[in-house]
Formats: sequence, C-alpha cells, structure tokens
Amino acid sequence: MLEGKTALVTGASRGIGRAVALELARLGANVAVNYAGSVEAANEVVKEIQDLGRESACYQCDISDPDAVQDMIKSVVSTFGRLDILINNAGITKDNLLMRMKEEEWDAVINTNLKGIFNTTKAVSRQMMKQRSGRIINMASVVGVTGNAGQANYVAAKAGVIGLTKTAARELASRNITVNAVAPGFISTDMTEVLPEDVKGQMLSQIPLGRMGSPEDVASVVAFLASDASAYMTGQVLRVDGGMVMQ
Amino acid sequence: MAEDILARIQKIVAERLDVDEAAVKPEASFKEDLDADSLDVVELVMELEDEFDIEISDEDAEKIVTVGDVIDYIKSHQ
Repeated sequence: MLEGKTALVTGASRGIGRAVALELARLGANVAVNYAGSVEAANEVVKEIQDLGRESACYQCDISDPDAVQDMIKSVVSTFGRLDILINNAGITKDNLLMRMKEEEWDAVINTNLKGIFNTTKAVSRQMMKQRSGRIINMASVVGVTGNAGQANYVAAKAGVIGLTKTAARELASRNITVNAVAPGFISTDMTEVLPEDVKGQMLSQIPLGRMGSPEDVASVVAFLASDASAYMTGQVLRVDGGMVMQ
Repeated sequence: MAEDILARIQKIVAERLDVDEAAVKPEASFKEDLDADSLDVVELVMELEDEFDIEISDEDAEKIVTVGDVIDYIKSHQ
C-alpha cells in the first residue's frame, strides 16, 4: 500500500510513534525514525523496520529547534531521496494545575508539541511542494477538543495543533499535499502509565468501548490517512478514543 | 550576463505560471501582472534557488515583487 514511499515519524522510539513507524513499514514504506532521548530504543525500532525488509535510519533531533529540524529534513531527503509522509507525533507532558503551572512547564510543552509541528511542517512542505504530493498527519488529542483539568499547556498545544492542521491543509491543498490530524483518547503508553489509578478508573468509565486504546489502534488510523485511501480528505480531525467524545 | 539571467528566469517563470516568456519582463510584477498567488511566488523562489544555486532568505524573498527584483538579487548574490 505504501511501497516506494518514505515516511518520517517524530517521537518514534516508543509509544504511538513506534507503533505508527512499524505499521507504515509493514505497509511498505521506508521509515526515518526521529527521537529525542533514547538512542537504544530508536535503534531497536530501526532494526525492526529493517527486519520487515524496508529501509530505515534514526535521527536524533529536538523538534523545538528549527535549525536542527531543517538539518534533519535535509538529511532524510538526501538519504532516502524523497519524503512523502510526515507523522508529527513527538510530544511531552508536564501536567500541573493552572494555578501552579510554572512558566517553564508551559513553554516546554508548547515548544515541543506545537512549535515543533510548525518547524517540521514548514521544513517538509518545501520538499512536498516540489514532489507535488505529500501527506502530513498530526497527533492531536481528544483533550484538545474537550479540555482537561491539570493539562492547560498540553491542551492548549493540542488545540493549537488542530488549528495548524486546518490552516496547513488550506495552504497546501493546491499542491496535492493533505494535512489531517488524529486525536487519540486514552491510549496505553508510557505517557498514560504514570497516571494515578483513580484517574485511570475515572477515564475508563467515560469510554463506551470500555477499554484503553492500544498504540496499534491509533497506528492503523494514521496508516489510513497516509495511504491513497484517504486521498480526498484534508483538514480533518479523526478521533480514535473508543467513543469518548462524539460530535 | 544580465540577458542570460533574464532568459533563464523567463523560462522558469513562464513554465511555472503558464504565461508567455515575452510577458516575463523586468518590470512585470509577479502577482499583479503575471497572476501569481503567494504560494506560486514561494515555489518560484525555490526553483530559482535551485537554478542559480543560491539561497534566498525568507526576509529577502518577501521583498521580491517584480522580475527585475529577482535579476538584481541574483546578480548581487552570485
């Protein structure tokens, strides 16, 4: 389905990003694996992709740094020859009540989760415009739609990602580049693992499908948006949340 | 030299904007006379960077209005 395409997945060393990288590779894409911290985990993902018979390499880069992002994109294009799919997945949390949230906590989350996507999208759009095709898929979150106590920074960033998705979709549509977002709900990853049991229980009670999602549940929807099957969709936000939010 | 630059620019612009090469005169404004939209100008700048092997910063790119602006820029940066 994605044979001959090259994808770059940010934050691909674990969690949803890892599952997306592996799913795209399984469907035929060569995958560039971006990571910020753990080179061992990133190398592991690269190896798994190569075992599937696809090309892969990992790229250490803090996406909040525009120059570093520019260098990474150049390097990916020169290694793989093209760049068809960008998955903006990298994200962090620094939860705190609004009243107690430090400026550093606010800035760190906005810089990675929102500015980071601006940086990568700007850098890849040049290549995709030249190719006259491209797929950009941004990881939003249902909390970006509903709000969530204790996550002012994260929610603001994710709501911003939704606005950025719609705007980039409009600007790039005439060049056959689609931009969509996926808004996961309560997915079992390292990010949600740290939540207290009572919070988990409370969240589960709001999910009609009655279970937490898996990274693979999200990855299959991302793969759909990366494929030709979604060619006529742009500027959309697909919720993958077990029915938590319905509109 | 200047004619050569103009000829190369004319070819690229005519192809990208689907206009006659003759219409790509130094005094022609990309948006007013050649019917380019903002994204067309961004793309043209990218193609000109490749053609002339230069890098045009975002700040400089914003100042480009006419074909003549491009010729001047290329002459002073080659």
